[in-house]
Amino acid sequence: MAGRTPITDEQKEMYFRMMEEIQAVDFVLVELNLYLDTHPDDQQAVQQYNEYVQRSAALKNRFQSMFGPLYGFGNSYSASPFSWKEAPWPWQV
Amino acid sequence: MYTYRKYYEPYVSPLDPCPPMRVKSYETPPQLYMGFQPPNLPQYHPREALKQGTLWPALFAPYTNPYKGPGGGVDGGGENPDNG
Amino acid sequence: MWVYEKKLQYPVRVNQCDPRMAKFLMEQYGGADGELAAALRYLNQRYTLPDRVIGIVNDIGTEELAHLEMIATMVYKLTKDATAEQMMEAGLGDHYADHDKALFFHNAAGHPFTAEYFQAKGDPIADLYEDVAAEEKARATYQWLINMTDDPDLQDGLQFLREREVVHSQRFREAVEILKEERDRKKFF
Repeated sequence: MAGRTPITDEQKEMYFRMMEEIQAVDFVLVELNLYLDTHPDDQQAVQQYNEYVQRSAALKNRFQSMFGPLYGFGNSYSASPFSWKEAPWPWQV
Repeated sequence: MYTYRKYYEPYVSPLDPCPPMRVKSYETPPQLYMGFQPPNLPQYHPREALKQGTLWPALFAPYTNPYKGPGGGVDGGGENPDNG
Repeated sequence: MWVYEKKLQYPVRVNQCDPRMAKFLMEQYGGADGELAAALRYLNQRYTLPDRVIGIVNDIGTEELAHLEMIATMVYKLTKDATAEQMMEAGLGDHYADHDKALFFHNAAGHPFTAEYFQAKGDPIADLYEDVAAEEKARATYQWLINMTDDPDLQDGLQFLREREVVHSQRFREAVEILKEERDRKKFF
């Protein structure tokens, strides 16, 4: 994984675009998760949840290869030098 | 079908120091009416869901400042003859 | 444990330089019905709830931490480049004197955060009813905050957070129904 901090305007623009795709797909997962907590027998919703797990993972793989890890503590691979700690943090973008 | 907002007309005293707001409102969003959410409700597409803050149109409750309606009164107050 | 994600739940945008609004937003950072109080309330109650409703309370508590980060982002952006004079004009002089631009857990009026803002009664119905009320109060606070700003970008983020209170309230109401065990249990195919 060779992700880098977005520096140029084009990179920042790309960062926002890809991040928003992830936010949209992950939001569906949050909503389905809360729904399934009170509707565990809704098989269709479980199936949709699992489909979105896959979509989220694909989007994040692509994002991380461009902009570095989204997760610490072993949930993402790291480039060398260790890139998890690099800006931007979510509140800075 | 229900409405997201209800209106009432508070008592107006001649001794009230500020110009009266003749119509006031409060919010009555969908969770007050839904009961246990039924399965298979229509969904927003992911991008739209994120924008609206929910996956289900049935749970979406729009909110804008009710006191910024035309004429400075409560919105919809324009239809109220008391609201000038 | 928790896993931190290097992303906001929702793309927070702030268009106008308005440090005065940051002061009001602090109500949802360190206030009685704010996101910190919500997260701590639910994540603390979950230990003594019946298994059937722990999941929903745990997950809503976790989502509240994401909302806390969104509010912090709004406050951070609204004050980041403000001068000492601007902070004073915005009514943030007393905050600035103690904290500069650092965030601090207090409400819009400057009262420090306290654990007394929320309860853990150990009675599942009492606790879940408090949670429903907490969501409705937070929804109301977001309404008043939306009324106080003309920035469409900031309103957009606040409307997202308000809508989440609606959904959370719905889920807590469902948790109560689950505990009542009177619900017509439907099977889904």
